[in-house]
Amino acid sequence: MKKVLVTLLCMFPALAIAAGASAPLDKANNDLTDKASLRSGAETFMNNCLGCHSLKYQRYNRMFADLGIDEKEGVATLMYTGEKPGDHITNTMPAAEAAAWFGAAPPDLTLVARARKGGADWIYTYLRGFYVDPERPFGVNNVVFKDVGMPHVFQNLQGVQELTDEAKAMLQKPAKEQRALSTDDLVLVQEGTMTPAEYDKMIRDLANFLEYTGEPGKVERKRLGYWVMGFLVILFILSYLLKKEYWRDVH
Amino acid sequence: MFENFMAWIDKRLPVTEAWNKHVGQYPAPKNFNFWYFFGSLAMLVLVNQIVTGIWLTMNYEPSGDGAFASVEYIMRDVDYGWLLRYMHSTGASAFFIVVYLHMFRGLMYGSYQKPRELLWIFGMLIFLVLMAEAFMGYLLPWGNMSYWGAQVIISLFGAIPVIGDDLTTWIRGDYVISGATLNRFFALHVIALPLVLVVLVFLHILALHEVGSNNPEGTDIKKPKGSIPESEQSPFKYHESYTKKYDIVDAVPFHPYYSVKDIMGVVGFLLLFCWVMFFAPEGGGYFLEAPNFEPANALKTPEHIVPVWYFGPFYTILRVIPDKLLGMLGMFAAIGMLFALPWFDRGTVRSIRYRSKWHLLNLTQFAICFVILGILGTMPASDLANLIGRIATLGYFGFFIALWFYSKNEDTKPVPERMS
Repeated sequence: MKKVLVTLLCMFPALAIAAGASAPLDKANNDLTDKASLRSGAETFMNNCLGCHSLKYQRYNRMFADLGIDEKEGVATLMYTGEKPGDHITNTMPAAEAAAWFGAAPPDLTLVARARKGGADWIYTYLRGFYVDPERPFGVNNVVFKDVGMPHVFQNLQGVQELTDEAKAMLQKPAKEQRALSTDDLVLVQEGTMTPAEYDKMIRDLANFLEYTGEPGKVERKRLGYWVMGFLVILFILSYLLKKEYWRDVH
Repeated sequence: MFENFMAWIDKRLPVTEAWNKHVGQYPAPKNFNFWYFFGSLAMLVLVNQIVTGIWLTMNYEPSGDGAFASVEYIMRDVDYGWLLRYMHSTGASAFFIVVYLHMFRGLMYGSYQKPRELLWIFGMLIFLVLMAEAFMGYLLPWGNMSYWGAQVIISLFGAIPVIGDDLTTWIRGDYVISGATLNRFFALHVIALPLVLVVLVFLHILALHEVGSNNPEGTDIKKPKGSIPESEQSPFKYHESYTKKYDIVDAVPFHPYYSVKDIMGVVGFLLLFCWVMFFAPEGGGYFLEAPNFEPANALKTPEHIVPVWYFGPFYTILRVIPDKLLGMLGMFAAIGMLFALPWFDRGTVRSIRYRSKWHLLNLTQFAICFVILGILGTMPASDLANLIGRIATLGYFGFFIALWFYSKNEDTKPVPERMS
């Protein structure tokens, strides 16, 4: 029996190994309370992403209110297709044709930060992780989303990235000896119109915005949480004292 | 005024009588420890699930086209809808945490032993219905993990010879999981199973109060009438239905002693619960799984289909047994063994404190195996995971078999008559 116990205890580390390693992500270090960053992310999204990707659970006017955008200004600068401010952020791309163009219809992105493990970090890494791969239909592949169907829409801004020779050699090895790619495996071979710092900031803001759309009430949730926890701590002390008072004559 | 009112009521409905018998003058052992919080906490979570569930139902739309969007509607457009939803989703996981701990308490202190077999069986029925309730509730958000999790579990029934395929179609109401499945799961989740659950909880408590609560010493606080001198009896007033037949020792009335203690337990629990709910409602991806933030998609399988963490132990047992039918039988047998626990244990000493070293070791290895099975259940399968899972499965079933053998002539310590 003891042997079984020892064997089982020894297997705890093995459990961790069996879980397998996932792709290393870069930290976005985004801040949901930074409204300027969120507004910049919203602008980037509306100008570059909305053509293909909707935010169909998010309403324009909720976004205006949460991001501190005046509704009239928001309607003028961020709404392009004549919807009403109370409408959801949708687009008119026909799903069936989109599927034919890209292999799969571009997904709705309202909840992408919650559907992807790593959230904003994943988005931040993904949009900085495209590299040249001539075998793909759009000529690019991605370090955290292998064989992605999306073209690198920001290539003119970011520039062209390639895999390092070391990473290329690694990918030639048998599957068992390969490791997950990361942005460390990329080199910028042709500069874009933005410096890497500018590009990273744009993507950080965009990732921030998408984390916001994933759960618009997140900041409010935490704010309320501190009050609830504070109340409960006080209530716990009181309930402990009450219990002690009653039990004094039992012990 | 109030007394007159109560007198009027009591003539027509025995409210005061019931209160005294089950709360105000119910003799509870005075030595309940930390492990005894989880029964009342399970009740608290049940109430939480029912109340938040009612409000969620007001805005939820049980249809294949509308379910996912209606959950997001609740999260975004309903006032404090996000709070209701997180209370419900966190409550589901919290329910299993407190129920597992409540059950383990029963294992440690032998609370299933004679004369509490029926109490234990009602508890196990609650656990079984709770699993069905949680399984069906998990389909309702209509996320992709909801969809594929249900797909995997329902398809298990296909392994049953002859009737298997027809049975799965009958459960789903369709050839695949569809809006028809969602609708019936909704009906069962919000009406049928909660009703059964509430009735079973009622019976569980009624059975508990009939036989009386066990305690960490595993001793009896009800002694034969006349065997204990007045001066050594518990000094409190108890309901005559208890004192008529027994002398009560080492007890306190449930109210106010355990009501104030349980309030403290409730607040302590809420500290943890609210911490998760307000600051990590996804529970690290275990309470709300990432793929479930994508709508159900029959054409797109999640990378790893895993059930929610609380099904982990039983799912692993299913998975590590190579044959599908045997696997399913193994999974149900794992629960069946728990049902039969009062008869596997042939001992008469209840508490782990006075049982043999063998029993301590056996229970420890059982707990470890259960946790390992649970962890494996949330991970993708691999050769190594299967090997560990098989060993842990042996440990799980071995607990019951070994218990049956050694409990007959166990080397136990003498159990003191009274609490010190």
